[in-house]
Amino acid sequence: MAISVKVIRRPEAARSSYLRAALKGMSLTFRHMVNPRKVTRSYPEEPTELHPRWRGTHRMEVHADGRPKCVACGLCPTVCPANCIRLVGGEDDQGNRYPIVYEIDEFRCIFCGMCQEVCPVEAIHVGQHFENAEYTRERFVYDLDRLMEQEHPVTALWDPSDPASE
Amino acid sequence: MNELSPTVFLIAAAVKVLAVFTALMVAIMYATWAERRLSAFIQDRLGPNRVGPFGLLQPIADGLKNIIKEETSPATASRFFFVLGPMLSIMPALVTFAVIPFAAPLPTPWGTVDMIVADLPVGVLYILAISSLGVYGIFLGGWSSNNKYALLGGLRASAQMVSYEVGLGLSLIPVMMLAGNVTLTRMVADQQLGLWYILPLSLGFLLFLISAFAETNRLPFDMPEAESELVTGYHTEYSSMKFSMFFIAEYAHVITASALMATLFLGGWDIPFWTGDNFIPYEGGLISGFTAAGDPIPAQLSIWTTLLTLGAFMLKTTFFVVLYIWVRWTLPRFRYDQVMHLGWKVMLPTALAYVMLVGATILVLDQLGVTGGPGFALALTAVSLVATGMFALYLDRGRIITGAAPAGRAARAAPAAHP
Repeated sequence: MAISVKVIRRPEAARSSYLRAALKGMSLTFRHMVNPRKVTRSYPEEPTELHPRWRGTHRMEVHADGRPKCVACGLCPTVCPANCIRLVGGEDDQGNRYPIVYEIDEFRCIFCGMCQEVCPVEAIHVGQHFENAEYTRERFVYDLDRLMEQEHPVTALWDPSDPASE
Repeated sequence: MNELSPTVFLIAAAVKVLAVFTALMVAIMYATWAERRLSAFIQDRLGPNRVGPFGLLQPIADGLKNIIKEETSPATASRFFFVLGPMLSIMPALVTFAVIPFAAPLPTPWGTVDMIVADLPVGVLYILAISSLGVYGIFLGGWSSNNKYALLGGLRASAQMVSYEVGLGLSLIPVMMLAGNVTLTRMVADQQLGLWYILPLSLGFLLFLISAFAETNRLPFDMPEAESELVTGYHTEYSSMKFSMFFIAEYAHVITASALMATLFLGGWDIPFWTGDNFIPYEGGLISGFTAAGDPIPAQLSIWTTLLTLGAFMLKTTFFVVLYIWVRWTLPRFRYDQVMHLGWKVMLPTALAYVMLVGATILVLDQLGVTGGPGFALALTAVSLVATGMFALYLDRGRIITGAAPAGRAARAAPAAHP
């Protein structure tokens, strides 16, 4: 980016030249005026680049047959510091546990990503997505179907061998 | 020149008033747009580019917003003058444009129509008289707001206007001496025959430019506004369309001053190095020049020359408007005492000395038998260039910057305010 800090030593008053300094400033601003490189990002057209560990809207991973990967173990509502996950688990004939109700209140969520870290089957994830504006507050409670519909890339977990993600 | 009948004159005048007013309003709109876009470019930003292509409809959106916005009126304000302020501020800025010739005369089936709203014989005096009236609006607005910052802004505006009006008037006297009259159309004609006045009167142009910046209250002389000191100065208490009126007035002043500089020093609507656009009133007719034998050549009027000269005039005016914007986003604001110092101790003596210098040069050339032609213009150009160089040298010694600081070693040791 074009922004950098440049320290300028001020000349002594007796030596400073008013006209020359003004013209120098004018030439500097002119060069910036005609320079096509700008720092502004035209946001919707040029999407923001997100860091691999950037945490945003949740996403539920699904099996190939369309079932959620969640096994309703209850770890994520337990670990959630904002208490934004509501989970009601169920069990089918074979004894497989599955979520009957799985809701995340995106308003309550603080996007700490602990649900993703704690999930034993890598079902719930925080993702690299933030454009989730809605017209009503109710729409911010994401139910299971909505979480499974999300398609954005999921957040990379912190790797102890590469703490700065390099 | 075939004269217009009174009816045609009346209709033509009405059409011209309407056209010039509309064009000026559109120009003001796009001056605000250009200001925002260019300032953004200077600061490596993009500026408003969302409303319409390249953000060209932004001024319309701004105008709509300003009309719809709530209009607040301070409880302690003097209501009558509070409303009067913006009106008084916008009126002179628009009216000044009336005497500026903006294109070559237009041939119509009913006669030749001058492309100027009012061809006043006292054009320059009219401009000097009217343009400074704008300060009444600013001062009334500042005073009637009953707000200390607004009052300070108004006071500064009037002090600045008084100071720079002198320099402005004096820097115009060489122009009048050279043109021999105060009619703007005659000045344009004179510049078409000889050199543009910017060359023989370069120092006059420089002084006029600086004074014009101060007159229009633009940076680096925006003392009345001074956001960092006075909130927004005289229009602190104004909102919605009343604020917009002050804004329009400022840009109208900028455009009028730009057009005036183009007319007085850059030949008005003259296209350089082309005699086809020369329409000089001579013995009741319009001529484009003289043959080598001294016989007048009748001018060929056409709508295309009118349009071309209009384009030339707009180009020159745009140049100065862009210069205004460019300077505004480059130079920081002067301190109040520095503004006064520059006005009274630098501009006024320089302008006085320059009036004497130009007068003496014309007198000497007159005594030598040179009253016109290339020799006369070149001699004046040389004298003015020397004077400009000396003025630049004087400014370059940092007198303005140190301003009111004590002179000597102590001043040099102290960190200097530097643009």
